[in-house]
Amino acid sequence: MDPRRKRKLRLFVALGAAVLLAGTLIYTSFSASTQAKEPSDLLTASEPGRSYELTGKVVKDSIDKDGERLTFRIRDRDGRESLPVTYAGVVPDPFREGREVIVSGQLQAGTFVAERDSLITKCPSKFTKDEQSA
Amino acid sequence: MAGVGSACLVVGLLTAVYAAAISIYGAVAGNRAAVVSGRRAMYCVAGLALTATVILQAAFLRSDFSYKLVAEGSSTDTPGFYKFTAMWATQDGSLLLWAVLMSLFASAVLYTTRRSLRDIAPWATAVLASIAGFFLLLMVGWENPFETLAVVPAEGVGLNPLLRHPAMMIHPPMLYTGYVGFAVPFAFAIGALIVRQTGADWIRATRRFALIAWTFLGAGIMLGALWSYSELGWGGYWAWDPVENASLMPWLIGTAFIHSIMVQEKRGMLKVWNVSLIVATFALSLMGTFLVRSGILDSIHAFGASTVGRQLLILIGIVLIGSTALIVSRLDDLRSKAKLDTLLSREAFFLANNLVLVALCVVVFWGTFFPLISEALSGEEASVGPPWFNRVTTPLALVLVALAAIGPVVPWRRAGRALLLRSFRLPLTVAAVTLVALLAFTDAADSTLSLVMFVLISLVLSVVFQELWRGTRARQTIAKVAWPRALGQLIGRNRRRYGGYVVHSGIALLFLGVAASSAFQIQRDVRLSPGESFEVGGYEITYDRATAEIGRDAAGTGAPITLGAVLTARRDGEEQVLHPSRNFYPSRSGAAGPIGRFFEGEATSEVAVRWGLRRDLWAAVRPDIADLEPAIREADSRFADSGQDVQAVVVAALVERYRNNSPPANFRAIESPLVSWIWIGGMIVVLGALIAVWPAPETRLRRVTSIYAAKLGKELSRV
Amino acid sequence: MEFALAVVVLAGLVAVVVALPLVRGGGDDTDPVARAELEAAKEAKYREIRDAQLDHEMGKLTDEQFRAVDRELRAEAIAILERVDALDRR
Repeated sequence: MDPRRKRKLRLFVALGAAVLLAGTLIYTSFSASTQAKEPSDLLTASEPGRSYELTGKVVKDSIDKDGERLTFRIRDRDGRESLPVTYAGVVPDPFREGREVIVSGQLQAGTFVAERDSLITKCPSKFTKDEQSA
Repeated sequence: MAGVGSACLVVGLLTAVYAAAISIYGAVAGNRAAVVSGRRAMYCVAGLALTATVILQAAFLRSDFSYKLVAEGSSTDTPGFYKFTAMWATQDGSLLLWAVLMSLFASAVLYTTRRSLRDIAPWATAVLASIAGFFLLLMVGWENPFETLAVVPAEGVGLNPLLRHPAMMIHPPMLYTGYVGFAVPFAFAIGALIVRQTGADWIRATRRFALIAWTFLGAGIMLGALWSYSELGWGGYWAWDPVENASLMPWLIGTAFIHSIMVQEKRGMLKVWNVSLIVATFALSLMGTFLVRSGILDSIHAFGASTVGRQLLILIGIVLIGSTALIVSRLDDLRSKAKLDTLLSREAFFLANNLVLVALCVVVFWGTFFPLISEALSGEEASVGPPWFNRVTTPLALVLVALAAIGPVVPWRRAGRALLLRSFRLPLTVAAVTLVALLAFTDAADSTLSLVMFVLISLVLSVVFQELWRGTRARQTIAKVAWPRALGQLIGRNRRRYGGYVVHSGIALLFLGVAASSAFQIQRDVRLSPGESFEVGGYEITYDRATAEIGRDAAGTGAPITLGAVLTARRDGEEQVLHPSRNFYPSRSGAAGPIGRFFEGEATSEVAVRWGLRRDLWAAVRPDIADLEPAIREADSRFADSGQDVQAVVVAALVERYRNNSPPANFRAIESPLVSWIWIGGMIVVLGALIAVWPAPETRLRRVTSIYAAKLGKELSRV
Repeated sequence: MEFALAVVVLAGLVAVVVALPLVRGGGDDTDPVARAELEAAKEAKYREIRDAQLDHEMGKLTDEQFRAVDRELRAEAIAILERVDALDRR
């Protein structure tokens, strides 16, 4: 095969591989993703049995630890609506009331039942004004 | 002194603007004196930034709380080392770190190229000065580190306890050195494009900077992973968190860059590709800096919207759009005469390596920005987690390791197929033996992907060994010396090649640790009372008793209260004692009572790790102070108005009670095979990079070149 | 006040440092520059020749392949040396 055709063929193969990769990326990411919601979103409309990522702030005085189980309420970042959450698993060090958290799970009968070890707490602000009170 | 600091920043900004302007003038008008003036201006910027840094650090070290930054980030009880590193734990301080590193690196490269690259250097100066000036502008305009407080507080807030770990404090300077280091080849690439000198000169002048930047960036990423593993309570080292990914992406493209520049140096090919890669590397470095400060992505680290996010985004836009326009306008100058003739050549393998690395970066980028992408495409904000990342990156990583195994064997330009196959006899044998051994003696077969990775790793290591062996033998024949000297000479005369092979070995070992610890890790979470035991992997672990210390924090972070446990781990008749604990830092808010605040503030896990070559045993404890709560409440009301020393005694008594009662506690224990090889591999990578970067002694070169010159001179006269 | 004074002093220092070359009218000496660049290119080419030699010694290239590559590289090296010569003669 003359060199120019060889090069064209190689380019074609490379582009084909790129398209394949892009397709895999798009397909797998959309099917494996979880939607991020705030409590007000879930209270308005949620599909039963579907996993979501609930984000928001921990409500003051709502934390209760009973052995392995942790219960607390999450409220909208800038709102009043809140949801109760039950969680089991590792509790990150920065977790406390007033902090922003992300937890994955499903809404069951009005309570957000979280997946094990899925609680993420945002590090207290390094680059913005630190809140001195919860 | 704060006024002097601010003045340094303002004058620095003006000088940087002058440097850029006069350099451009000198380049356009051909005025050498102007160019020299611009270079000196850059030196001045470095000096001013350095002075500002020294002033700020001095304020931190003497706990001068009239400085807002010191009051917010440090305290009198913050240990000395962390006072020094607290500067870059803050937004303003980290901008200053960027600026000082940028101006120092720029000065270094301008000094080393002061007698060469006459046409390119002025433009590079302008670019570098603009970048340094940008960060100075951010400080002068929005986030001044030298802001003072009208009312000087008696005590500072203190450094966030989670950051009080040596790895965490060295991590930012390392990352920034990486980002800044990549700005140097970027600036010279832009200069080369502007003056249409697209040969390999700009690459040769900045190659070492690129390599040093790559090494520091990689080391910084490693330190972050090490911190996560040994300081946080989850026992993992990589979470595919957006901020982690933000530093990984420029590193991936940077790796591609340091490979493909070799192709341009040898064959003059891939010119467009190289300039595009360095633009991408630098843009991703800025993106890394931006992501941490923008709050646009949900992350453990996303520190909320800040005041400089938008400006960084504008700079990234200018860099991308400007560079792309420049590249497109110079496409004719970037055409290379040489073309890739055969796939069986080192050039082809480098290109393949590049494509895989770019693919990896695209994947990481896609996953990181997926919340924004999905919101734009479907209206719903969704995100992907570590399982998706692992699933998509693993096959690409396998291909990468395979390429690293074959590449070193293939020579430049063209390879004889028969010779090549003969070269693979030993490595393939080793790989086969490894496969059989793993299947027979271990349960590695439980994870097919890991098995494949292990076999590929054995291929990489045996290829490197073979290269060293054959090279040493060849050297022995030529120079008639014993093999140790031959090996030393071999590496010494071909530092880039053999340094690179050492790096490959390090990366292979790193992947060994990652594969083994991901696929074969065993983790248990339990709640135990003293005397109870549990099993994790091959260990039996017993909770002996509780521990409690006042002011004697083993990690040296200045924590007043440390509650922990003594664990005994037994395996195969051997015993090891572990002391995981939890540090409690007092809360600064007024909400908690005078005694309670010692227990309500931040708490960090002090993990107990037994490092080992074959496996690590990792344990963390979460003490349960529920039993103490009633006593704490009572103490709060009873001793509300007592002096500090009385309160200290009360706290000590409560802590003592915890130790005596030894209540049940929650434990997490992890048995992680081969995880230490990640850190060992990382250190070997740094060693290899050091070898590759080390300048060859001048004298040896001159001797060799004179021999060649004589030979070639003879040929010349014959023609 | 401290700020303003510091700005004036620092700006003055900087001005002196950067104005010196302008006042002196920087010497023009293109030759060492061009020479340094050619030297760098020459070293790089010599390294390539040595790399090819090493590959040959280690058995990655056949004798014939090595001869072809070596000839190419030496021709390129000669071209560079010619340019150095031309510069010296000027």
